[in-house]
Amino acid sequence: MLSHAEEKTKSPSVKHADASSLEVRASGRLSNQLLRWAQSAVSADVLAPLGVGLLMLTLWEVGVRITETPPFLLPGPVLVFQTLIQDWAILWPSWLITLKIAMTALLAATVSGLFVAVLFAQSKWIERSFFPYAVLLQTTPVVAIAPLIIIWLKDNTFAALVVCAWIVAFFPIVSNTVLGLNSVNPSLVNLFKMNKATRWQTLLHLRLPSSLPYFLSGLRISGGLALIGAVVAEFVAGAGGTQAGLAYQILMAGYNLKIPRMFAALILITCSGVAIFTALTALSNYLLKDWHASAVKHEN
Amino acid sequence: MLTLSQVGKTYANGTVALQDFNLTVTPGTITSLVGPSGCGKSTVLRLVAGLGDTTSGRLTWQASRNRHRLSYVFQEAALMPWATVIDNIRLPLKLANVSKRDALKAASEAIAQVGLQGFEHAYPRELSGGMKMRVSIARALVNRPDILLMDEPFGALDEMTRSKLNQELLTLQHQQTLTILFVTHSIYEAVYLGHRVVVMAAQPGRVVSTVPIESVHPRGVDYRTSAQYNRYCQQVSHCLAQAAAPSDLQTQTMEEDSFAVAR
Repeated sequence: MLSHAEEKTKSPSVKHADASSLEVRASGRLSNQLLRWAQSAVSADVLAPLGVGLLMLTLWEVGVRITETPPFLLPGPVLVFQTLIQDWAILWPSWLITLKIAMTALLAATVSGLFVAVLFAQSKWIERSFFPYAVLLQTTPVVAIAPLIIIWLKDNTFAALVVCAWIVAFFPIVSNTVLGLNSVNPSLVNLFKMNKATRWQTLLHLRLPSSLPYFLSGLRISGGLALIGAVVAEFVAGAGGTQAGLAYQILMAGYNLKIPRMFAALILITCSGVAIFTALTALSNYLLKDWHASAVKHEN
Repeated sequence: MLTLSQVGKTYANGTVALQDFNLTVTPGTITSLVGPSGCGKSTVLRLVAGLGDTTSGRLTWQASRNRHRLSYVFQEAALMPWATVIDNIRLPLKLANVSKRDALKAASEAIAQVGLQGFEHAYPRELSGGMKMRVSIARALVNRPDILLMDEPFGALDEMTRSKLNQELLTLQHQQTLTILFVTHSIYEAVYLGHRVVVMAAQPGRVVSTVPIESVHPRGVDYRTSAQYNRYCQQVSHCLAQAAAPSDLQTQTMEEDSFAVAR
């Protein structure tokens, strides 16, 4: 390490050389990262499903062409892709609305689910008294209660749709997090007791970190369910105009026999579901990468 | 420092874990508790730790229990997998609201005591079984306990690691004049570590014999091959055999009776 005096007497050319070597090192790191990303992109995990997908699409296209199936019965993937581009101006705003409903519902389910789970974990009596009602939310078909919710919140369709999607997404987070909060290593619980930890300290330093893998697992399930809930609620609401989501576009395309547009909207929904799942899996892997078996890379 | 007088413990399912159990823990010594499975060794530690209540009898402390610092080393290392070595070790101080700076300093000292320098920021999954147990011991030492309760801490380790940790525990005990209540299944470990060995019998758990080990402390590796050590092991083994015999005989008789009924 250089002394203070030595640092002061460093010539500008030396400093320049240092700066350029730093740049070289930084660019080296960047290229290494790009290389790693490229390696992971061409790994079997990515290539195998991509290959299967391409094969299926080819078979679908070839099948439609050979059998000369009319597009109003089953459009080929090429036509669906063309429609997706042509009708982008219609589909894009609807896609955003559906995503907004799903994401708001997921956020609400995450916050409320965590809060309720922590509340349940505070006392067996609270859990026993209220858990059956949380199960009720899961077992009641959202299609059946969506009209009611839409009537009750008639002045705010967006809120009604969010409530419907929230009902579907709420339970997996509560159920998994409660399980996690109650599955703490008993020796660690005893250690906290011996050290006279307060209820808050035990929650913050033991129960919450311990339940993180369970919570993240519930979150991944709820991510997909929030999207399904949003689409189902849109179907029931049938809201058009500026609040028209993808479900409305699917309904309208069905009525007008614009089946390629219906498929294009479906593809957007499916891609959204995959993207949500992938993002939540990445979040889970990032948060658990240092310690949990589900995210740690093992070497034998 | 601590006396257990006529202590009894019956669990909710009716199991009598301890009956008329008497023990005095002397400061600055290692008391080894040895006995067959289910004789209530761990129950003794749990009662001392305040993790359960006695059904009868009493625990008498020189001062109140709250004025004594107790630490517990469990059968498994019981580390928080999401926390690094240093964060695991400073946990008791964190819970006691000791400042982060002081806690980190004390944790670093404890790490040095158990020889884990360089592993401060490793996660438990990156450590071997022996290293995990060292972390557990360091966590127990970090708050300078008046009594260290150890519940078969080396039971799951291989013989070499176990022997090494036995040796290191003796050195630590000698350096810091620790008071240790050590539960083990192993007669050899109990004799090697203990200033005295308390032999327990099962059903119900009770003390059947106390063997003072009057060899110099701390003991070196050579002590394990000495004639004196072997004599103590034989003595403890004999006490254990005597303690086990009546209940074994009883069990055997009951099995024979039920076999006769079945016929």
